[in-house]
Amino acid sequence: MAFLEVRGLEAYYRQTQALFGVDFVLDEGSITAVLGANGAGKTTTLRAICRMVRTEGEVVFDGQDLSGLSTERVVGLGIAHVPEGRGTFVRQSVEENLQLGAYTRKNKADIAADMESVYGYFPRLGERRRQQAGTLSGGEQQMLAIGRALMLRPKLMLLDEPSFGLAPLIVQEIYEIMARIREREGTSMLLVEQNASIALELADHAYLLETGRGVRGGESSLLRDDEDIRRSYLGY
Amino acid sequence: MDLFLQLTLAGLAIGSIYSCVALAVVMIYQATDHFNFAQGEMAMFSTYVAWTLIGLGAPVWLAFLLAVGISFLAGVIIERVIVKPVENAPVLNQIIVFIGLLVIFNAVAGWIWEFTIKPFPSLFPEDLGFKSELIGPHHLGVIALTLGVLALVFAFFRFTRVGLAMRAAAANPDSARLVGVSVGWMLALGWGLAASIGAVGGILVAPIVFLEPNMMAGVLLYGFAGALLGGVSSPGGAVLGGLVVGVLENWVGQYVPGGSELKLTFALILIVGVLVFKPAGLFGRVVVRRV
Repeated sequence: MAFLEVRGLEAYYRQTQALFGVDFVLDEGSITAVLGANGAGKTTTLRAICRMVRTEGEVVFDGQDLSGLSTERVVGLGIAHVPEGRGTFVRQSVEENLQLGAYTRKNKADIAADMESVYGYFPRLGERRRQQAGTLSGGEQQMLAIGRALMLRPKLMLLDEPSFGLAPLIVQEIYEIMARIREREGTSMLLVEQNASIALELADHAYLLETGRGVRGGESSLLRDDEDIRRSYLGY
Repeated sequence: MDLFLQLTLAGLAIGSIYSCVALAVVMIYQATDHFNFAQGEMAMFSTYVAWTLIGLGAPVWLAFLLAVGISFLAGVIIERVIVKPVENAPVLNQIIVFIGLLVIFNAVAGWIWEFTIKPFPSLFPEDLGFKSELIGPHHLGVIALTLGVLALVFAFFRFTRVGLAMRAAAANPDSARLVGVSVGWMLALGWGLAASIGAVGGILVAPIVFLEPNMMAGVLLYGFAGALLGGVSSPGGAVLGGLVVGVLENWVGQYVPGGSELKLTFALILIVGVLVFKPAGLFGRVVVRRV
């Protein structure tokens, strides 16, 4: 049984269907990228796993069926979602944002230690810990969103376009840190990206979505080297 | 000068009650984007509960604490049973639910306890061990107690885990869900807290305006004025706004010719004035939305 198994996943925004049967699996400790153009259903796939949209089909995480659970319960199982738009609590301080990430946990000492380790990954957040999060730059808010997710001690991280709207250097920096997180914490990641080249560098596996359907999947290196796929789907 | 000081201190006392109502209104507003028009009637009802408990022989302070506790539960239940089902309904539907609550509480209170005016005992002794020409014992007690309660509320929001979660749920519900906060229950908790804070205001104002089903009508209006003046997006501003309105009300009553008849008009002028000239209030944020 795979760590995360998605079978025949359909998703609906009111009457509009956005996913038409998406299937994939993710192994524990691995990074899987979901790629595709605008409107392909990448974000919806993540939102469906977190039960933020109405779904049909099956999502099994670590042996547990997620359908019928509330978003809060899914988070409680150890799935941390770094949402589209970063989801910053803009009026709260950096530190309060991180505390919120650990909301479902009880052990105060562990939480404090994890906060220091987040500041270790992202020293810039440490320098700004008392600052209102809304005043951070886009890159810093992305770091904060990843830090907030780490505060859950997640078994699985869902990352929605961490490169969105950021300068190439910052994107590089954030991806290096994500690689380091995987190395040190062994966290599994499901990564949604439009920036296919950088995502394929980090990910072990990748799936291609097109208008709500999975069209291809496999090891990242294979997708990267396939000339046809590169030209028609990845655009580089 | 003595008169001026007396007016100001009495204004601060009544203003701190407006602050309670204003804070309750702002708490709900921040979480739901709506004014709870029934906030005053809920507080009135809480005060009747306290009055009944006193009638059954409970000491005044015990009755106060029990009524505040019962109000908390009632607030939670009202949110779960009445407000939650319409949370995604159009704005007008929600407003009508709030107005319906107002009318229901008013009518039911009149039905249970009748519309006759009843005296309500002060929580504070007549003799505080000293005498002041400037402020009476009840007013002094009101200021001390409300400031204490408001400080507790702020400490709760500022320093506790649940307080932080409630702020997060109000500010960014989607993101709050994604860190595991049960946004629905935070809303219910907010209603409970608001009902409790309102109950404190009701029980403190009852000895001044006397207990009857319409006793909160004016207080709610001043509370709204305070909330708007301070800024509906700023709890601290709302508290300050309540105090300012209380003091201004007393000054207008004394120093403006015919002012004692115009106190309530003044509150309405303030509400309209703020909405026209500074909708965000003195301390509120101007919300800019991209369209």
